[in-house]
Amino acid sequence: MAHSFLSIEKLTQVYPDGNGGSFSVFEDASFGVEKGEFVCILGHSGCGKSTIMNILAGLDEPTSGVVKMDGTAISGPSLDRGVVFQNYSLLPWLTALKNVTFGVAARFPDWSRDKVTEHSVAFLEKVGLAGDAIHRKPSQLSGGMRQRVSIARAFANEPKLLLLDEPFGALDALTRGTIQDELLKVWRGTNQTVFMITHDIDEAILLADRILLMTNGPLARVAESVDITIPRPRNRTAIVEHPNYYAIRNHLVHFLGQRSQELAGQPSDGQMQRPETVHIDLTDDDSDEPGEHLRAV
Amino acid sequence: MGALSENKRAALLSVLLLAVGLFIWEFSIPAQQAAGELTEYERLTGGGSAKAGVPPPSQVFAKAWEQLSNPFYDAGPNDKGIGIQIGYSIYRVLTGYFFAALIAIPLGFLIGMSSVAYKALNPFIQVLRPISPLAWMPLALFVIQDSEASAIFVIFICSIWPMLINTAFGVAGVREDWVNVARTHELGALRTAFTVILPAAAPTIVTGMRISIGIAWLVIVAAEMLVGGTGIGYYVWNEWNNLDLTSVIFSILMIGVVGMGLDALFGLLQRSVAYEG
Repeated sequence: MAHSFLSIEKLTQVYPDGNGGSFSVFEDASFGVEKGEFVCILGHSGCGKSTIMNILAGLDEPTSGVVKMDGTAISGPSLDRGVVFQNYSLLPWLTALKNVTFGVAARFPDWSRDKVTEHSVAFLEKVGLAGDAIHRKPSQLSGGMRQRVSIARAFANEPKLLLLDEPFGALDALTRGTIQDELLKVWRGTNQTVFMITHDIDEAILLADRILLMTNGPLARVAESVDITIPRPRNRTAIVEHPNYYAIRNHLVHFLGQRSQELAGQPSDGQMQRPETVHIDLTDDDSDEPGEHLRAV
Repeated sequence: MGALSENKRAALLSVLLLAVGLFIWEFSIPAQQAAGELTEYERLTGGGSAKAGVPPPSQVFAKAWEQLSNPFYDAGPNDKGIGIQIGYSIYRVLTGYFFAALIAIPLGFLIGMSSVAYKALNPFIQVLRPISPLAWMPLALFVIQDSEASAIFVIFICSIWPMLINTAFGVAGVREDWVNVARTHELGALRTAFTVILPAAAPTIVTGMRISIGIAWLVIVAAEMLVGGTGIGYYVWNEWNNLDLTSVIFSILMIGVVGMGLDALFGLLQRSVAYEG
């Protein structure tokens, strides 16, 4: 873990509670993300997921702790860490294409205008936007199309780390499904490292290599790291047939429904709070019990 | 009637109201009494002059026709065409307005970006803003020693506030998401200001500019009445001194038309920077 591509070490965020005191949203949270990995983080509202995301993006400073990427501590926002915000954050006075070229031109300042446009159009095509639609302003696009533009902007920048902050939270279930597929398609082509916040268990299982589970706040921590032992390429209709699907899903539901609360509020006493790795694989034939197969590391 | 569109019906009603208004105006004015024997005093004070009464619209139209068919004649300091007078006024308004924008927009940016600057400058703004721009006139005349520049200064001081306040308000209200987009794209302060904050705040800034130009046009008339010489305000006052009410009414209408034109120009600008989101 010490050599993870992205390494979060003893991250603590303390906010004033408004009565002169203070409370820790999370304390000594520590985990790692490997290069090329797709990691989702699940947890209830108020556990500090978004704060972690903002710290990784460099938009917020943690009270203490460090985030290292490629061995160096990050400070401030950087083009190496792309962000897809929940509310799309497209600039409404620019067309879809201009929103993407805006990012690409910032990332590759020495590219010619034509090259920037060509690159941007290619990424918009990858998320299923082409033709007339890319010359429309965000207000003339549906929510799903706006989030596609936002995803294209982030991927077109080819950041070392891509941060997705509940990117599908505001979309209806059907649109969400198609865009998840498109996200997977784009991601497969790039081998991009992705760190994503979500509220949706099924979405997390479909997309992630690994799911980090957070306990409730305050004093939240990343309690478990659940491996998703379903082979890729995955497909939303086929994965539910996989023997591991419901075992993993039940584990996640159980954690979020019950254990996230039981494990909450424990002070860390300054210890590194590494998550416990959970590996559920019913296709392993050495396991004869039908329940969960836990392997703590 | 039901077949007509809403706009057409509204236009029809406008024309009707205009016709009725003009009709009442035309026929409610008593006919001029024929000037009989005048005392010497009456002759000296213009008592026999046919102009000394509110003119009917037909006379105003005749005047308008006469003036507008030759708007740029110049027959000495007290007799210039309406086009020249309006030209002087517009020149003064635009000059004062331009310098006001030059200061108000960058300063508004600063105030909008920095809460310290806002808190430090706010007391001054709050005290200076409610001062009638004409109250500055004596001080301006004394310090600048030039009536032309003083009029421009008065326009400057009255147009600065709405632009300053709206710019600060617009800049401070730029959505944090958009600023975060700029930050995650490592844009420098200057590029963030021009590519994100300026377009985001532009609708609010232009609204301030539109309010300012409206106020500037209101104030120039009064300022020119005070400083005299040229301009539409001076023209109105000069015609009043001549007791030429036909010209007074005509110039009042012209002030309205030009003000509407200036406002419409900023309306176009406003539409061009508007966005939905």
